[in-house]
Amino acid sequence: MKKFLLSLILIGLIFSTFTFYGCKSGEEKTVELLGAGATFPQPLYNKWFDIYYTKTGNKVKVNYQGIGSGGGIQQLMERVVDFGATDAFMSDEELKNAPAEIIHIPAALGAVVVTYNLPDNPKLKFSGELIADIFMGKITKWNDSRIKELNPDINLPDLDITVAHRSDGSGTTYVFSDYLTKVSITWKNEIGTGKSLNWKVGLGGKGNAGVAGIVQQTIGAVGYVELIYAEQNNMPYGLIKNKKGNFIEPNLNSVSKAASITVPKDTRVSIVNTDNPEGYPISSFTWLIVYKEQNYGGRDINRAKALVKLLKWINSEAQDYNEQLLYAKIPDDVKKINEENINNITFSGKPIQ
Amino acid sequence: MKKDNIKKRVFNDKLYRTFVSLFSFLSIIPLFLIVYFVLTRGIKYINLKFIFSMPKPMGEIGGGIFNAITGSFIIVGISALISIPIGILVGVFLSEYKEKKYIEIIKIFVDTLQGIPSIVIGIIAYLWIVKPLRHFSALSGSIALSFIMLPLVIKATEEILNLIPIEIKEAAYALGAPYHRIVLKILLPSASVGILTGILIGISRIMGETAPLLFTAFGNQFFNLNIFKPMSTIPYLIYVYATSPYREWHNQAFAASTILIIIVLSINLFGRFVEKKWKM
Amino acid sequence: MRKDRAFKIILLLSGLLIILLLSGIFLSLVFSSIPSIKEFGINFLFSNTWSPVNSKFGALPFLIGTLLTATLSLLISIPFSLSISIFLSEILKNRFISKIFQTFIELIAGIPSVIVGLWGLFILAPVIRNIQTKIGIQPIGVGIFTASIILSIMIIPYSASIGKEVISMVPNEVKEGAISLGATEFETLKVVILPFSFKGVFAGFLLSFGRAFGETMAVTMVIGNANRIPVSIFSPGQTMASLIANEFTEATTKLYTSSLIEIGLILFVVSMLINILGRLIIRRFTF
Repeated sequence: MKKFLLSLILIGLIFSTFTFYGCKSGEEKTVELLGAGATFPQPLYNKWFDIYYTKTGNKVKVNYQGIGSGGGIQQLMERVVDFGATDAFMSDEELKNAPAEIIHIPAALGAVVVTYNLPDNPKLKFSGELIADIFMGKITKWNDSRIKELNPDINLPDLDITVAHRSDGSGTTYVFSDYLTKVSITWKNEIGTGKSLNWKVGLGGKGNAGVAGIVQQTIGAVGYVELIYAEQNNMPYGLIKNKKGNFIEPNLNSVSKAASITVPKDTRVSIVNTDNPEGYPISSFTWLIVYKEQNYGGRDINRAKALVKLLKWINSEAQDYNEQLLYAKIPDDVKKINEENINNITFSGKPIQ
Repeated sequence: MKKDNIKKRVFNDKLYRTFVSLFSFLSIIPLFLIVYFVLTRGIKYINLKFIFSMPKPMGEIGGGIFNAITGSFIIVGISALISIPIGILVGVFLSEYKEKKYIEIIKIFVDTLQGIPSIVIGIIAYLWIVKPLRHFSALSGSIALSFIMLPLVIKATEEILNLIPIEIKEAAYALGAPYHRIVLKILLPSASVGILTGILIGISRIMGETAPLLFTAFGNQFFNLNIFKPMSTIPYLIYVYATSPYREWHNQAFAASTILIIIVLSINLFGRFVEKKWKM
Repeated sequence: MRKDRAFKIILLLSGLLIILLLSGIFLSLVFSSIPSIKEFGINFLFSNTWSPVNSKFGALPFLIGTLLTATLSLLISIPFSLSISIFLSEILKNRFISKIFQTFIELIAGIPSVIVGLWGLFILAPVIRNIQTKIGIQPIGVGIFTASIILSIMIIPYSASIGKEVISMVPNEVKEGAISLGATEFETLKVVILPFSFKGVFAGFLLSFGRAFGETMAVTMVIGNANRIPVSIFSPGQTMASLIANEFTEATTKLYTSSLIEIGLILFVVSMLINILGRLIIRRFTF
């Protein structure tokens, strides 16, 4: 009996230590913010938040989970996260269904590249229609005449094409399909634009990492991922013909060129299929989404302040880390718009200092 | 004529024995294949740094899984704290009232609970806890896992209690002991070994569970002891790392799997050992 | 006396808790599935289209994927699991080795499914790719076949242990009767043991099937996550459990979430029925 009681007391002590620690953390100076969403910018966000943790003297932990842009939007709508992250800006309908006003803050610029697994890692050229037909399953072999046409100097093998796409709700898919809808009528009619598509062929992977994983493991595979995923894993990616007829390499320069347009006040704009002659045709902003009014779900003013501070840091110093991970910095005029939007964030109606 | 028939029958018999023995041995090969491949690829990446440091940002080399290790222990520990008392109580109930007609129905309910796919448990935990509280948390993960561990503890308790000879209870009654004392001070202690085995098997089971944690504990790159916040766990980490393209993460997934397999199989074996040693 | 009463009430309440818990789970699933049931009705089970873009959801590809992988894995596992049951109860006489063998089999069930998935992805899939290249089809490595192999490994211990229990329960007199009539062991098995234990062995297979039906992690890592009806055994596909794991956190419309939960409901009901049936057979059998 004594042993039983003792063990109960011990268990009780352990449990209460954790609960106590949990409650105390609320009052303590460490703040933990939770974000979720796009895997498109995840390598960048991971790096940012790792740096931010040290920068704030181990006081602010930003826990970011890459569950796909769809997940980011959904979890923000459910008010389970402090911020969402998405490369597909919320539609008018999604915004209407949201419980309160949501602000979009572009955090970086990236490129969706077409990566593939072929012997000798050739550098291939693609056109928009070609990509659409490959990903619709209309072209099934690598040595198809249409691919040869654009790549006459390359020895294309007689391999089956295995398409890799996203199995989760993805902003990367949205950007990719948005581009294909604009350049291929067949794609527009048969598949369309969206975060989750009704794919006719191919294997599904979870997250940008999942798609890259499939391409990496399967000879003859082709997939669409954010540039850094291909780079970090030494996977080849192709040049894509843009609207003006130039074959463009995805890099910081061509992505920034694609973003040299006027951005509206709410920053919701697509920059695919750019008119810029040097612009990469599948570029995109990636956004952080937050509620304008931060007093929800039991949040306190400190948490709101921490979030605003984080957003301001992202809009300024964090941008210095973008380029080393091959994400372009947000243009200066967008930074100004961001500043305004961030300053509009309120707590109980009052702007947060 | 008869001689040929016997030869054929004896031959068939030998054939049958060969096949059955062969297939039986073939069946345990996967165990060794899996353990061997995971251990050989994983063990070279395990060192003190791997166990005690935090993960590095995506794509960078190095880093460790300390947050996942502590996360797993905390989430499993709390889940055990929830499942053990409730499981024992229900087990006692099922054993003590076993003559009643409704017991069979409740037993079916327990069986059903055990058979629920773990992803559905994840959905329920999300609907019941995460969504209303607007919080991903280690605690919601623990609660989800306890749905899985509960039937295991219940069954172990019930089965071992049913094995206790009724004479012991009758003797205690004859001596005038009150009912609750009989259960708590006589029956349960006698059953303690069987119950402990059930608990250990339950723990080794939930330690390896991933699906229910996908929408509850969620994951965390940082070290976290706060059960009201998201927490990382080893199986979740293995899933995320294994399906990524990063070679570094693949290596870490194998290393983490090695650690997990060693923990899980050890607890499992220990449970069986305990049961064997104290078998009545 | 009062303590006793309180104690008994606590016991009864704990029993009630189980009833409430399970009913609660079922009702939650049903309640959350209502929007999807209202929108699609029975067609949900027969429609081929899973399209979040147009908010049109049909579960057929996943029903087929789940049934295919579960059935295939069961078929693959039957010879092995039956052999183990017979081996442990009839052939292996040494108690010590028998115990060790049994422990090995049960340890397979103890391997976390994510680790089986890891092994499947990195060790088995490349082997399948080799085979696929040799027979001239697209070497994707993942798909229905790979998932079925993984599943069969995972479910063998369940039917094997139940099979062993029921086969050992065949009374010795019946076996001895056959042997005294001159039957070989094989013939004794065919004529006496298997017919006698058939129901129990069948129940074991049923439970294995149920386990394969609901498995999530190992499957989602090697099935290819293709939301289409598989055209061949080597096609990629998708199961109900794996679909939920992939898409649940990001279902952005009420209908989408509701459809996913409805799939969870189907999983729940089918697993429940299989489980109840299997255990009823076993309970009836052992009395």
